[in-house]
Amino acid sequence: MPEKTYLQAISDGLRQEMRRDKRVFVIGEDVGVYGGAFKVTLGFQEEFGSWRVIDAPLSETAIIGGATGAAIMGMRPVAEMQFADFVSCGWDQLVTVAAKQRWRAGTPVPIVLRLPSGGGFSGGPFHSQNPESSFAHIPGLKCVCPATPEDAKGLIVSAIEDPNPVLFFEHKHLYRRIKGEVPDERYTTPIGKARMHREGDDATVVTWGAMVYTADEAAKAVDASIEIVDLRTVLPWDKQAVLGSVRKTSKVLVLHEDTRTGGFGAEIAATIAEEAFEHLDAPVKRLAAPDTPVPFSPALEKAFIPQVDDVARALKELIAY
Amino acid sequence: MRVVAIARVAEPSGSLQEVKEWGLDREDLLQIYRNMLITRGVEERGHILYRQGKIPGSFYTGRGNEAASVGVATAMAPDDVGTPLHRDMGVHITRGVEPWRIFAQYMGRADGPTRGKDGNVHMADARLGLLAMVSHLPAMLPVAVGCALAFRIREEKRVAVAWFGEGASARGDTHEGMNFAGVRRLPVVFVCDNNQWAYSTPTHLEYAVEHLADRAAAYGFEGVVVDGTDVLAVYREAKRAIEKAREGGGPSLIECQTLRMEGHAVHDDAFYVPKELFERWAERDPVERFRAWLRGNADLTDEEEEQIGSQVKKLLNDALQRAEESPQPDPVTLLDGVYATPEDLDTPHHK
Repeated sequence: MPEKTYLQAISDGLRQEMRRDKRVFVIGEDVGVYGGAFKVTLGFQEEFGSWRVIDAPLSETAIIGGATGAAIMGMRPVAEMQFADFVSCGWDQLVTVAAKQRWRAGTPVPIVLRLPSGGGFSGGPFHSQNPESSFAHIPGLKCVCPATPEDAKGLIVSAIEDPNPVLFFEHKHLYRRIKGEVPDERYTTPIGKARMHREGDDATVVTWGAMVYTADEAAKAVDASIEIVDLRTVLPWDKQAVLGSVRKTSKVLVLHEDTRTGGFGAEIAATIAEEAFEHLDAPVKRLAAPDTPVPFSPALEKAFIPQVDDVARALKELIAY
Repeated sequence: MRVVAIARVAEPSGSLQEVKEWGLDREDLLQIYRNMLITRGVEERGHILYRQGKIPGSFYTGRGNEAASVGVATAMAPDDVGTPLHRDMGVHITRGVEPWRIFAQYMGRADGPTRGKDGNVHMADARLGLLAMVSHLPAMLPVAVGCALAFRIREEKRVAVAWFGEGASARGDTHEGMNFAGVRRLPVVFVCDNNQWAYSTPTHLEYAVEHLADRAAAYGFEGVVVDGTDVLAVYREAKRAIEKAREGGGPSLIECQTLRMEGHAVHDDAFYVPKELFERWAERDPVERFRAWLRGNADLTDEEEEQIGSQVKKLLNDALQRAEESPQPDPVTLLDGVYATPEDLDTPHHK
């Protein structure tokens, strides 16, 4: 199997879907001539033309609202926010219109919103956020956060196939840093099914996105057998996989790069407390970014994003409990 | 302050001969009249239902906007789509939504278009080419632009009609939707129901141009101001704009000037609207105005008037009865449809 970067995997999946389904089109700022701020759609406009790879004005509301209207008319839009942070400008279109239209009016809205998210490269408060928990709270939306190149391709295909608005959080720090084997042929990765990243017996880490790799390094650094559940999608999330692992190891660390209060980890911790309390040998532990905006300076950002040492320390405390 | 009007001001409707040239025969004219009567009748009966305590929440009408809504909807082709708002009951009626389902919607019953999930005029029948509005006005405007984008991508000769009010014109969605439509010359017609009052806020506190239609020039397309109580003038301007869009001529903005003849909603007595304004606009009541035109220009007879009036009355009485028989939604349906299934995409739009 060929080895590809996370970014190339997303690009390949998207291109394959555009080749096989005329209804799929791309819309966003600088996605055409420039190929996208991160070059995910590089070369797309040459292949598919300017009406299927649409350079939009700087208008997140028009991009998301336009995608919504086109989807209701039978298209399969894939809209790009240049940075996940900018989705706040289109909140209304996503949360007020797209998320609720099927439930109240019976019209499905099959759109995909690509959201380059996450920090680790001094992007500062407006180019580094992980806003998945805000949208996981909205009934009607789905939130996908792949960690591996193979999942990134399979999940972009599933997101396009899905008849609902799907937010595809692609972690920028994984784009070119992470490589992995990716099948050339078309395949789907199911939304709502976790991936066992690493098997172990002493404690479980539940995480997603770039934190999967932080957890992996930390697991190697502690003298214990650590299991890592990569959630892959936070809404819907794979409760059974998480509860199964917790029942096996009896100790669990919930880890995410988003801030702590109201982060999606809180939902996972609460569910474990409700449904697997008797299996726990230690309180559920949470590790997340502190409740501040994302800082710019590398020294501050390092203190903000959970680091390998932080995770290793948390795991040691958990094991020692 | 110096203000310059840019938009064209439309002529009033003309003679029967002129109207025929725009594509309306006598039967079409009677149908427009019928639709205006049904529109007003649905909302008048809605008031009665509200007073009887049968409508939960609030109740909104578009009294005074019947000509604007029916006129535009009459100019749309069957495959065109639109995003009508809470003053545009005439669009639903003209596109063929059955009044009994509207009454069921008002009362939150199982047979309303949203099955009790949403209330009042937050409804639409997608099979009739209408998309249900949301309260965040004018959020449906970029959505209509997206419908037009789909038509343009697929090179279909279809048009999207996007409604908004003069209050909503102050929000960014209006700008982003119009700008994108202008840049891409999309087949969309923007219709502003300018009824002069956004809740209690008058026009001079909403915008600083002479006419809202003047803004069209800033987006690279045409704007026109039309008397929104003159159904045939509205029809003519809408027809012109829709057919222009269909032929690749890009968007237009039509500003229909009316007066909201009731409060923002049923709880609001509109004390802030000068009484003389109501009196002045009552003289231009759109239904009465068109009735007079039909009598003066199309030989509407007493018998025809009587017949149409009694037909509409019967339709609405039957509709009320049928709606009252519609059950309350079953609480087990609460969770239905939060997420769509692949089968839900089996609609004419998704073929």
